[in-house]
Parts: sequence; structure tokens; C-alpha cells
Amino acid sequence: MSTATTHDEHHEHHDHGPEPGLLRWVFTTNHKDIGTLYLLFALLMFFVGGALAMGIRLELFQPGLQFLDPHRFNQFTTMHALIMIFGAVMPAFVGFANWQIPIMIGAPDMALPRLNNWSFWILPFAFTLLIATFFMPGGAPAGGWTMYPPLVLQGGANVPFLIFAVHLMGISSVLGAINIIVTIFNMRAPGMSLLKMPLFVWTWLITAYLLVAAMPVLAGAVTMLLTDKFFGTAFFNAAGGGDPVMFQHVFWFFGHPEVYIMILPAFGIISQIIPTFCRKPLFGYESMVYATASIAFLSFVVWAHHMFTVGMPLSGELFFMYTTLLIAVPTGVKVFNWVSTMWRGSMSFETPMLWAISFVVLFTIGGFSGLMLAIVPADFQYHDTYFVVAHFHYVLVTGAVFAIIAGAYYWLPKWTGHMYNETLGKWHFWLSAISVNVLFFPQHFLGLAGMPRRIPDYAIQFADWNWVSSVGGFVFGISQLLFVYIVFSTIRGGEKATNRVWEGAHGLEWSLSSPPGYHTFATPPQVSDAEAHS
Amino acid sequence: MYFTRLSRLLVGALLAATGSSAFAAFSDLNMPLGVTPISREAYELHMLILIICVVIGIIVFGVMFISMLKHRKSLGHEPAQFHHSTKAEIVWTVLPCVILVAMAVPATNALINMEDTSESDLTIKVTAYQWKWKYEYLEDGVTFYSNLAPSSRQAIYEDPRAVDNYLRNVDERVVLPVGKKVRVLLTSDDVIHAWWVPSLGMKKDAIPGFINELWIKIDEDKTGLYRGQCAELCGKDHGFMPIVVEARNEEGYKMWVAERKAAMASKKVAANEAKKPLEAAPEEQAAVVTHASDLVQPSIVAAARSEKSGGL
Ligand SMILES: [Cu+2]
Repeated sequence: MSTATTHDEHHEHHDHGPEPGLLRWVFTTNHKDIGTLYLLFALLMFFVGGALAMGIRLELFQPGLQFLDPHRFNQFTTMHALIMIFGAVMPAFVGFANWQIPIMIGAPDMALPRLNNWSFWILPFAFTLLIATFFMPGGAPAGGWTMYPPLVLQGGANVPFLIFAVHLMGISSVLGAINIIVTIFNMRAPGMSLLKMPLFVWTWLITAYLLVAAMPVLAGAVTMLLTDKFFGTAFFNAAGGGDPVMFQHVFWFFGHPEVYIMILPAFGIISQIIPTFCRKPLFGYESMVYATASIAFLSFVVWAHHMFTVGMPLSGELFFMYTTLLIAVPTGVKVFNWVSTMWRGSMSFETPMLWAISFVVLFTIGGFSGLMLAIVPADFQYHDTYFVVAHFHYVLVTGAVFAIIAGAYYWLPKWTGHMYNETLGKWHFWLSAISVNVLFFPQHFLGLAGMPRRIPDYAIQFADWNWVSSVGGFVFGISQLLFVYIVFSTIRGGEKATNRVWEGAHGLEWSLSSPPGYHTFATPPQVSDAEAHS
Repeated sequence: MYFTRLSRLLVGALLAATGSSAFAAFSDLNMPLGVTPISREAYELHMLILIICVVIGIIVFGVMFISMLKHRKSLGHEPAQFHHSTKAEIVWTVLPCVILVAMAVPATNALINMEDTSESDLTIKVTAYQWKWKYEYLEDGVTFYSNLAPSSRQAIYEDPRAVDNYLRNVDERVVLPVGKKVRVLLTSDDVIHAWWVPSLGMKKDAIPGFINELWIKIDEDKTGLYRGQCAELCGKDHGFMPIVVEARNEEGYKMWVAERKAAMASKKVAANEAKKPLEAAPEEQAAVVTHASDLVQPSIVAAARSEKSGGL
């Protein structure tokens, strides 16, 4: 993307370009550079986390232990989750926010550019601390990404590294979120009223509030772990008058909003893509905004549905069951709106649209299993089994990750000025869409048959579907190498993209050149109704 | 070393591909119907919500696929320009609410029943350890530990398919009488575990410093063995702490209690006489552990590995 942005300079002669050399990336305060850094960092972490997933699937390929001892296996599952959540999905969405929010609302840059530089550059340090634990005595954290005490405190040297890494990730996210909120409220072009903003901007505004509210809670929880481990407190130690279940309440008070932090921006991306390739305005724009806000609100009152088996009072279980069921309503509204947008449109199926359609179908399947998990008596059977693993991978892989990939194909021509290779893009899609279902769908069967999650080895009756799941996993993993090839060859060159890129695209970003200049909208654009929300 | 593992892996894959009889569980697709009233309630709710989801899915995806087939640009379909419909939006907000209430009512009733542990006939206390279970029959005075069966342990680095109930077998089974309401108290000595036998229909965490409870009432005609395992990540050997429940009729249960008590008494005597409990014969060692709960158990898998390290 660097070469692409520089050769556009001479179009706008007063526009100074990026600093030459590598230091440009260290000191940059440009939202496009920082967006690129976030996205590339997320891609790298996607492969680090993915390599761990391959290790997990390799060990689970057949019964018995072949490749990983159980302790190493637990390190793999723990680190896979932490890296994918905090290193891949969240930074990818922040990357999209950095690139897209200013050019979607007609702002010259993010409101707090130096803060923006910091919120990115904290991340490599956080993940260096985290990944370094693999090389320490006792290895990486192995107590699960949920870090439940007392188990997590049995970790050795990795405990403080884990906690400080989480602190750093939290600081990075909160700074990024503050920047997004300030940008959206202060930097919109004249005429870009709140209810004219593209839905991607809306979902990110709401996500940013979730981040500001939820991340400090996580920081508090892990700080209490730190003092329990090293400073003699007993917040979570029953022997000292503490309560190990309290950690779970505090953790999931963060953890459930976190789930929506990872899916609301995905809703935003999908809500941009579907109207474009249906050549028809988004159905129910305002109800989309209200549905997003309701989901965000409800996300703070459902947390204990992650812990129905801890032995809550009956009234508590009923409360969390009802609120959880309620989330299905606004989520359903979103799915119905996407389907209604497609209805009587004029559809075409370029790569971003394929990913978006499969998002709607597969995310909905993840939503269905979520609904099933909300039914407490049935959840007593599903809880902590592969049914849950299948559920959250449908929501996070075919949900969040598919939306990220859809968005990457959708905006890559705008960012780089080149069209990606459509044939390869479609290969990438079909390989991924088929293999991901071979990977995760059988995990529903495994869970229902009684296979607990987070086990390195299993009883023989689980062997068949584990074998199938692993094969799907290997194909899915290898298919993602194709994505890297497509992205980098698009950055290097390819067919020149038009400014509009997609026939049905609406929005301010498409009025810019492809690629856009290093600085855009130095003078605010006029927001016409045609270019308002799509 | 890795080469041998890899070759074993390839052999396994080949067996699977050729449909060896060792692979007969492709048919395990759904939650099994259990042997207690609450497990059936869970099963029925599971089926109800599953069917509702499938029906909604067929309708929603059906509409989507019709429009993907018919409303294509390549077929020259002109896009409509509508972008909202208050009527439709009210319908698809209200209708899901009605469906949710219809699901919440039976779920609430089932839950109230599941959480009612009153009027039980007997109580057993289960204490979880890294990585074994301790069972105490409070009324009948029987206490023992239950570990992964040695046969499974030996097969971890060898041939798991060669042993019966690999990783789902124990040295000492929990014996329960059928037709009696059994109250199970759960706690832990170290980290959080979860006690779960799918056919009995209830899973609950065992938490240090707290006591949780659940109840089991196995159908009169359902004597037999029911297998499960720890369901909450509890460290290295989390995958290696199975549970086996043996459901007996009342006489059988009483006989077992009497045998157990006699055995406990004689082993106590034997242990006192021997005075060297750690050098006891392997068969007796399990019994000794019953009385020396502070005896440190080596890691199950580490032990298996050290036994087998020569062969790997
Ligand atoms: Cu356990």
C-alpha cells in the first residue's frame, strides 16, 4: 500500500506525502498508515493463532497423545484464543476503523493522531510479552483464555507476563476507542448528521463505548489476580475469605460485551457490502441502528449465561436466561433486514458479496446455537462441551473473521488502487466456506455426544468426527495462505481500480481517487443525499 | 520419534478412510436420551428449540436463496428501491418475542424442577482433586477415590483402540441405587472442576470453598453403567479424570455398601499392620490412598509417559 499511496501525491500538489524509509511506520500519525499497520499486524497474528489451531487439530486428529503433551496442549488452546481475540479480530476491526471512518464521514484524519500512533504501537509490545511466555520455564499460560482462578494462578513465570500483556492490550483498545468516539462526534463533514452516517461508522461508535466500558473491568479483574498471586490478597481464594466465582462474574461482565465488540463492527461491514451488490438501499437503516444499540445495552446484563453451571440461585439463572433470549430479537431484526435488502435487488456475486452472504447464513447458524445455549436446562448438557466450541467458532470465524475478509476484498481496491484477482478470490472463498463447515459443523455432534472442550485426548466414540474436523481444519488453514498471496499481489500491482470500484457503491469514500491521497478531505466535502448512508 | 508418530497417524487416517469398524460413531449426531427425568426434560427442550431454529432457518435462508436465484443482475432483474416497511418490522420484532416466551415457559418449569434437591433419599459428597474424584456416602459411611483406569493410562501413548472404554473407565465406580433421589454435593480441594455424566442430565462445577448440589433419580429399569468425565478445565490432566456411575437395584446397592464397608475395615487393619503403606502392592495401593488423602499422586499422563518412554 505504501507505493500505491505515494504515486498519487502529484495529483494534489499541496499534499505532503509520507516520510521516506521504515521510520515512517514508527512515527506515523496518518490514519491510513495506522490502519494499514493494524491490518497487517492482525494478519500476522491470525497466522500465529492459526498455527496454534493447527497444532490443536493435529493432536485431536486421532485418539491417544501424539504431538503435544497435555500441558503444552492447554498452552496452545489458551494462547490460540488470546491471540485470535486480542491480536487478530480486535486489531483488524480497529484497522478498518482507522482506514474507513475518516473517509466515510469526510474527516481529514482521526481526531487524536498521536494517540492513534500509540494505541497501535503498544500492541507489538503486548504480544511480545505474551508470546515470550512460550520460551519461559513452565511455558505459556495454560489455564484457558478465561483465566479462571485458582487454576490460572498455578501458572509459573507466565502469570505476570499474561497480566501485563492484557493490561497493555486493554490500554491500546481503550485509547483507540476514545479516538473513534471523539472523531465521530467532532470530525463529521457538514451535512453528515448522525442518522446519515454509514452503518459501519454507527456500529463502531457503539463498539467504542463497549470497549471503554468493558476493558477497564477486565483490567481490574486481572489486577486482582496479580495481587492474589504476588501480594497476599485473597480476592478469589476461598481459604482467605475470597470467592473464585466472583472472578467469573467480573470476567464475563467484560467478556460478554467483548463478544459484541468482536461482532458489531462485522455487522457494520456486512451492512455496507450487501446493499452495494444488491444495488438497492439497506433495508431498515434506522432499525439497524436501534438494534445495534439494544444489543450493546443487553450485552451488559447477560454475562452469567457463560457460567450457568457454577451454582447460581434459581432466580439468577432465570434472569440471565430471559435476558439472553431477548438478545435474539434485535439480532433477528438485523438478519431480517439483510435478507430484505437482498429481496428484489439486482444481485451480483463478486468475492466480497460471497463472503457477506456466507456470513449471514453461517453467523445465523451460530446465533441459533446461541439461542439453544440460553435454555438453561439444555445448557447444563451443552456447557463446556464441543457444542459451545462449535457455537462460538461459527460466531467468531464464520462471523467476525468472514466479515473481516469480506471487508478486506471490498475496500482493498480503494486502499491500493488495484483490483484483486477475482478468480483467486473466489477460490479462496469456496475453499474456506466448505472447509470451515467441515471443520466446525461436526463439533456440534461431538458436543452433543458428550465430548468436553479443552481436552487433549478423548474417548474412542469421538474419534470419527474429530478426524473429519481436523481434515477440515487443515484445509481451512492452508486456504488462508491464498488470502495472503492475493492481498500482497494486489498491493504490488494489478488492474487499476476505478474510483467507484463497485457499480452499486455509495458513500464518501468512493468519491475519492483509488488509492486515495495520503491526506484526504483537507476541506470537508459536501454530503449529498446520494452519498449518504447506503 | 516424530516419524513413528506420523506413520501411526497415517495408518489411523487410512483406517478411517477405508471405514474400519473402529470408526462406528459417525451416527452419534444428537444428544442421547438419558435415564433420569431431568435428562429427558433437557433432551425435550433441546429438541424443541432445535426444531424451532431449523424451521426459522429454512424460512429465512429460503427467502434468501430465492432472491439469490431470481433477483440477479445477470438475469436483468431491476433493483426495487424500497428501504423500509413499518408493518414488516413490527411483525418480525413481535413474532420472535412470542416464540421466545413459548420457549421460556417450559424451560422455566424444567429449571425449577432441576434445582429442587429437597426430599432426597441419600446424599453423596463428591470432592474433586487434580486429577481424581473422591466419593463419600454420607448416610452409608463409604468413602473412596476414583481414578482413571490403569488400562486407559497405559494406552495413551500406545493403542487407545485396544482398550475398553478408553479414558472413560475408572478403578472404582460410583454405585447408585435406581429409583432413589440421590443428592450430590460437590466441592473441590484445589481448582474448579465439573462433574458430568451426560445420561444423568446434570452438570455442575466443583468449586474450592463452596458446596454445590444436584440431584439424580435413575429410572427403576435402567440399571447399568453410565460414563462421563470432568467438564471444567482443571489443568494438565483435565482430560483424564473420568466418572463411571454403576446403577444397581436396591438389593445390589445394599450388597455393595456391605462389601465396601467390610473391605474398608479389613484394609484399615492391613494398612496398620503393614506400617509401610507406600511399599504396598499395586492392587492395595488404591485402598491405601483411601486413607491417606494427602498422599501426592503423580500426574497420570507423566506416569504413563515415563512408563512408555522407552518405546517412543
Ligand atoms: Cu477436573
